[in-house]
Amino acid sequence: MRMHLIATSAKLVAATVAAAACGVATPTTAPNTQTAAFPVTIGEAGGASVTIAKQPHRIVSLSPTATEMLYAIDAGPQVVAVDEQSNYPANAPITKLSGFTPNIEAIAAYTPDLVVASDDTSGLVHGLEALSIPTLIQPAAKNLDGTYAQISQLGVATGHAAAADSVNKKIRSDVAAIVASVPKPARTLSVYHELDDTYYSATSNTFIGQAYALFGLKNIADGATATAPDYPQLSAEYIVASSPDLIVLADTKCCHQDLHTVSARPGWSSIAAVKSGQVIGVDDDVASRWGPRVVDLLRLIAPHIRALETSSP
Amino acid sequence: MTVFGRRVGPAQLGTPAVLQGLPRLPWVWGLVGAVALIAAATVGVLAGPVHIGVGTVIQTLIAPIPWFGHRTLAADSSQASILWSLRFPRVVLGAIVGGMLATAGAAYQGVFRNPLADPYLLGAAAGANLGATLAIAFAPGSSLIGVNVVPLAGFAGAAAAVAGAYVLGRTVTGLRNATGLILAGVAIAAFLNAVQTYIQQSQPSTIRQVYSWILGRLVTAGWDGVWLVLPYVAISIVVIFLHRRLLDALSVGEEEVNSLGISARRVRLIVVVAATLGTAAAVAIAGTIAFVGIIVPHTIRLLVGRSYRVVIPLSILFGAAFLVLADTAARTVAAPAELPIGVITALVGAPFFIVVMRSTRAAEL
Repeated sequence: MRMHLIATSAKLVAATVAAAACGVATPTTAPNTQTAAFPVTIGEAGGASVTIAKQPHRIVSLSPTATEMLYAIDAGPQVVAVDEQSNYPANAPITKLSGFTPNIEAIAAYTPDLVVASDDTSGLVHGLEALSIPTLIQPAAKNLDGTYAQISQLGVATGHAAAADSVNKKIRSDVAAIVASVPKPARTLSVYHELDDTYYSATSNTFIGQAYALFGLKNIADGATATAPDYPQLSAEYIVASSPDLIVLADTKCCHQDLHTVSARPGWSSIAAVKSGQVIGVDDDVASRWGPRVVDLLRLIAPHIRALETSSP
Repeated sequence: MTVFGRRVGPAQLGTPAVLQGLPRLPWVWGLVGAVALIAAATVGVLAGPVHIGVGTVIQTLIAPIPWFGHRTLAADSSQASILWSLRFPRVVLGAIVGGMLATAGAAYQGVFRNPLADPYLLGAAAGANLGATLAIAFAPGSSLIGVNVVPLAGFAGAAAAVAGAYVLGRTVTGLRNATGLILAGVAIAAFLNAVQTYIQQSQPSTIRQVYSWILGRLVTAGWDGVWLVLPYVAISIVVIFLHRRLLDALSVGEEEVNSLGISARRVRLIVVVAATLGTAAAVAIAGTIAFVGIIVPHTIRLLVGRSYRVVIPLSILFGAAFLVLADTAARTVAAPAELPIGVITALVGAPFFIVVMRSTRAAEL
């Protein structure tokens, strides 16, 4: 969901997962329990913590990324409702609920025993606290480590800690394999990541920026970190003069951008990536979430970097 | 000039007593305005996130001129491309939009005899924002006869909002006075803002685009944007300019205009239609840039004089110069990141305006 990109001040979760640390192993009667011991207390950013008394079976997710993570760790059957932006996986119970302007009453109507969201907006946590509904806030991750921490956290919170570990292991090995498939660059290649057609971009301080850093790419948006550390709006002049080797369009859905529309922009035909055709359209949603599908994104970009490696002198 | 079939010539307008003795445009100020615009354009062309030397800029500028220019001598082709495709059109568009907004603001203030009137008074901004939001949310990336649908929707929205305000104002008060029209405009703007906010909230994935539209966007300007707005702005400015004497008469009272054998109501309608046409075009291509339409005409009134024969021509020049400078700041202060131009116009404009007000004691306001 693109809103997460706007919440620029989001800090990385200090994912201190205190799994079953309280030592009170309360046996639950739920049929599909794994080895989990509830209650669990989960530490959050800013020192707050959430205690989940029993394994949740009525989870409401207001974060598209959390929804993807929950299904990846096999907690899908415990999810009763997801917000209007949670369009993946397709079998998630999508509703009219909003994660951007959450409505406590509408959320409570699903009688959730756990709510997961990316931002504590509109007094979400406070309001649900009054109804004794535990809320887990998972803000935008800053890098893959943040993603691993959030997946582990969800594993503990839902009683799927083992599945979460294996998902993390799989992402780690996939990412390592994709990065290894790209040879060490002879020269530093540069990338421009486009969020919309008014040239908003993402620096290396962001999750998507860190994805490019894995390949050793130089992100041209980093030139603007002094004034806009995370998501600056770049000058067209600067983009043209930087002449990035690779352009990644994360505005294929919102703004219908592609190689054709980009080359038609005034002055853009002189950019290296436009000349060589290395303009990659990616799914806006995949590129703006910090979930398991980051692997798909890296897999899409890797061949283009390989092509640049072989063609460049 | 013909106003609804009645011939209106300068000679005829010059005769009534009320119009005599009002100041004409002091040539010194006209010169200052022209120099300010040229200076602003020079700064705008020389400054930018990419450093391009003065020599290169001059070479690039004269390159297309026959005999003078030597295309072969034109320096670095990528720098020339940045100048021609990106920087020059942005400076030109900034001048067109700034001149238009300042002139429309002055015209609205004259027509409504209200110092707080700005080009968005009758709902032009709210209508444009709603039109653009609808296009961004429901027809992303589509185009009509080769033009992106977002500016077209913004233009249509602005024009429709003002037309709506006019119809509403006429049915309510019969346009006997300007207050009815202003109140109708306020109501229309509030209603359209509510609809716009509702759509924006229900489509959170489009928020950044809508936000960036509302803050103003000269960012993606190219020559096509210039050609798109130029005809409307030219017509609008010419019509307002030709009505500057009637605006002076209107500032004395409607009876003064009526005594010239011209309907004050018609003058008001023509000037409002012209100002709206230009404002709608400017907003469609540049977004809703605030404050230019208020600060520029009032600064001129404070420094030079209240006559519309002074305010209108100087608003064109100083409005253009002001927005070119504001846009230059928007793209250089945080370079290579952009600052929203609306932030600059208000952040620099408001304190400047207060200094002018204090130093002139605002006796004229």
